[in-house]
Amino acid sequence: MTQIQTRTDRIAEATTDAAIHGRSLWRDALNRFLRNRAAVAAVIALVLVVAFVLIGPAFSRFSNEEIDWALMGDVAGQGGPSLANGHYFGLDELGRDLYARTIQATGTSLTVGIIGAAVAVIIGTLYGAFAGYVGGSTDNLMMRAVDILLAVPSMFIIILLLVMFGRSFSMLFVGIGAVSWLEMSRIVRGQTLSLRGREFIEAARAAGVSTPKIILRHIVPNLMGVVVVYATLLVPQIILTESFISFLGLGVQEPATSLGALISAGASTITFGTVWQLAFPLFFFLVTIISLFFIGDGLRDALDPKDR
Amino acid sequence: MAILDVKDLKVTFETPDGTVEAVKGIDLTIAAGECLGIVGESGSGKSQTFMAAMGLLTRNGRAAGSIRFEGTELVGLPPAKANRIRGAAMSMIFQDPLTALTPHLTVGAQLREVLSAHRNMRGREAEALCLDWLDRVRIPDARRRIGQYPHELSGGMRQRVMIAMAMLCQPRLLIADEPTTALDVTVQAEILDLMAAIQRDEGTAIALITHDMGVVARMCDRIQVMRHGRFVEEGTAEAIFGAPQHEYTQMLLRAMPRIDAPAATPATARREERLLRVEDVKVHFPINVGGGIFGRTVALKAVDGVSFDVNAGETLGIVGESGCGKSTLARAVLQLIPPSAGSVSWLGQDIAGLSRRALNRHRKDLQIVFQDPLASLDPRMTIAESIGEPLRTFQPGLSRSERRTEVLAMMDRVGLPPIMMNRYPHELSGGQNQRVGIARAMINKPKLIVCDEAVSALDVSIQAQVIALLKELQSEFGMSMIFISHDLSVIREISHRILVLYLGRIVELADRDRLYDQPLHPYTKALISAVPIPDPRIERSRQRIRIPGELPSPMQPGAQLRFLPSRRDDPGYLPRLEEPEPGHFVAEHDALDVILAQGAPVA
Repeated sequence: MTQIQTRTDRIAEATTDAAIHGRSLWRDALNRFLRNRAAVAAVIALVLVVAFVLIGPAFSRFSNEEIDWALMGDVAGQGGPSLANGHYFGLDELGRDLYARTIQATGTSLTVGIIGAAVAVIIGTLYGAFAGYVGGSTDNLMMRAVDILLAVPSMFIIILLLVMFGRSFSMLFVGIGAVSWLEMSRIVRGQTLSLRGREFIEAARAAGVSTPKIILRHIVPNLMGVVVVYATLLVPQIILTESFISFLGLGVQEPATSLGALISAGASTITFGTVWQLAFPLFFFLVTIISLFFIGDGLRDALDPKDR
Repeated sequence: MAILDVKDLKVTFETPDGTVEAVKGIDLTIAAGECLGIVGESGSGKSQTFMAAMGLLTRNGRAAGSIRFEGTELVGLPPAKANRIRGAAMSMIFQDPLTALTPHLTVGAQLREVLSAHRNMRGREAEALCLDWLDRVRIPDARRRIGQYPHELSGGMRQRVMIAMAMLCQPRLLIADEPTTALDVTVQAEILDLMAAIQRDEGTAIALITHDMGVVARMCDRIQVMRHGRFVEEGTAEAIFGAPQHEYTQMLLRAMPRIDAPAATPATARREERLLRVEDVKVHFPINVGGGIFGRTVALKAVDGVSFDVNAGETLGIVGESGCGKSTLARAVLQLIPPSAGSVSWLGQDIAGLSRRALNRHRKDLQIVFQDPLASLDPRMTIAESIGEPLRTFQPGLSRSERRTEVLAMMDRVGLPPIMMNRYPHELSGGQNQRVGIARAMINKPKLIVCDEAVSALDVSIQAQVIALLKELQSEFGMSMIFISHDLSVIREISHRILVLYLGRIVELADRDRLYDQPLHPYTKALISAVPIPDPRIERSRQRIRIPGELPSPMQPGAQLRFLPSRRDDPGYLPRLEEPEPGHFVAEHDALDVILAQGAPVA
């Protein structure tokens, strides 16, 4: 009985609250997202990974560049994970602390993924929304340009850029950013085309709102659902791309490192019995990627419940 | 003997916000061969009652209680057993005949599927029966139609196909869920006649679910009025219409405008000051018809030479069936779609072809209210933001708090409590959203408002409130209105003058009372005679004027000559507009009996 009472109280409280604040579509989506257990678990996993990157260094006894000369000679024998000597994740093949290296690599991969996706999202959204809203020959011209760029293999462009201009962190962003906004702009344009015909856009035009303001005030906020979903799926994709490039030996340069580079190094030494060199980077890589995919999935279901 | 017997039926839906009780324990019976009307507004649970009977509740829905069809309990019946009944002994037709037919199957294939599933009938025999039923639902040229796809048929034809499909196995009960709501009045009249004939000839009982009291008056023997999941009143049609007991029924009957009742007086007097003059406006859309590598473009003449003017304080009604170009005309007047030819002058100045910037100065005085209240509001904006948006454009000097005061004052004026200001459109009802739309249009005190089917998507009672609100606003602010509707009884409530459109051209333009009392054009006469009147005695004795054939596509050559068969040998000829009386314009046409005698035009 008391349980029922508190529940009705809560509902009453929520409704009086809602009368003042209003329940936006975002709020609804958040509620749906929170009911999706896999997605919530993925968010927790990702938060833990980020916390590991931020707080992890405080527990490290070694820096990522330091070589442990004492153990360097026998990495396979004594370099395994150990709490006693402070190398929690063991050593890499050069005798550096793998715990510090993994933190550094996870940080790099997440940064590349998030910045790369952000660049792609901003360029792609504005480009696609403009093309879609203006329409006509402008739209044709802009989208055919995208088609042409998409026809060139993206990996080829990135590798070419890295070889021609040298391997650097910023070149990697440029390369990945240059190719990943293309698909984003296509998706956004398609959505804009369907929004453009809606009555509230017409209402805004009848109210004399200017074109840039219609795009920013009415089109873009209504695209956010699609954009957010695509962005969360883009982050792991970019991390994968970066890892692949690093795996080929063209990505970030020593002493900087990324998960792809660490996995590559770990894979090449696995025959010497140093399984930990592959296992730890791979674990963080998989946790990050899989939780991002689950979050993306959860967001899609939450933001567009009709589309399941 | 009752064929359907419902006892204490409850339908509940599990939603994230808790359990929703759509139907709260109702009893009902339908006797063999009778027509029962279930009347109620949206959300009253009238459809869900019969969805439960058909076993078509959505996954989160649950039915409790008892529904017996000829002695078989339907609640909890496994689908395999239910399939033997539904579609055969009991079938259903839906509101939207386009979505209810499978788009990639021909009409014939869909009809034969029913026969092979229920009567194990295939091949020539099935084909013959299908043709027979297409004939019986009065589809002309059935042999050709049977090989066509749903999108090739008009709305009325599709609904006939649906009825034929439902009737193939000669069911004892036909459930019709708003069968004519998506159709034009003239088509609605024909479909209702068809259903009445089926009931009479086949002895099929009909459960007619509708919100339209006029439709019920024409069709039903008994009526149950439903509200919030319960029946509030039931009785014979004569009793319900003659002496309604429950106040809700009385309210429904009162709210529905009647075309035969004396018309309400317009809110303002029409002043001799011309605001808007539209001269020979044309809107043509290029349509690619295929052929050759790039195809050929043909102009679709959505609006083809329309002229009228609007004076200060006047309401001009524009009426016509779907596809006649009323909405396109309104958008051309507001320059939301650039007209292909002709001029639109506002306060003496031509605004056609002005630049955006120059046009924006006039936008302040020219506003529009849309049909779908929810779609016309940005779902991510609170209603106060939506209402205040025109202020941001036209009075950029206002501070945030001044704007807020203006918005709150306007919300109060249209009957929205200020506590709602931070609500989002999806949290409001249709009527409230339409008030938001009206507030947004009114916030800059415009001189002309275009209402594009502004009340068509609303329930009858809300519709009456919104019309009353518009009239109040008009008498307070003195603005002019262009009121577009397909509903002749609604448009009569609010207009000074009425313009009848047919395929993008004016067929008649006259003062309201003149148009309804002495319509000259056969099309106007047919439209007026097709409007149902919520009174069974009058409704069933009325004579209807039925123009042979269907509303042709404007692309069809000679489509304009439907009312002028004597000129048909010259397909390019356009009927001229004549003025037999001052202020009463009518398009050139032949006498009614000549048109009725000609039969359907060749398609």
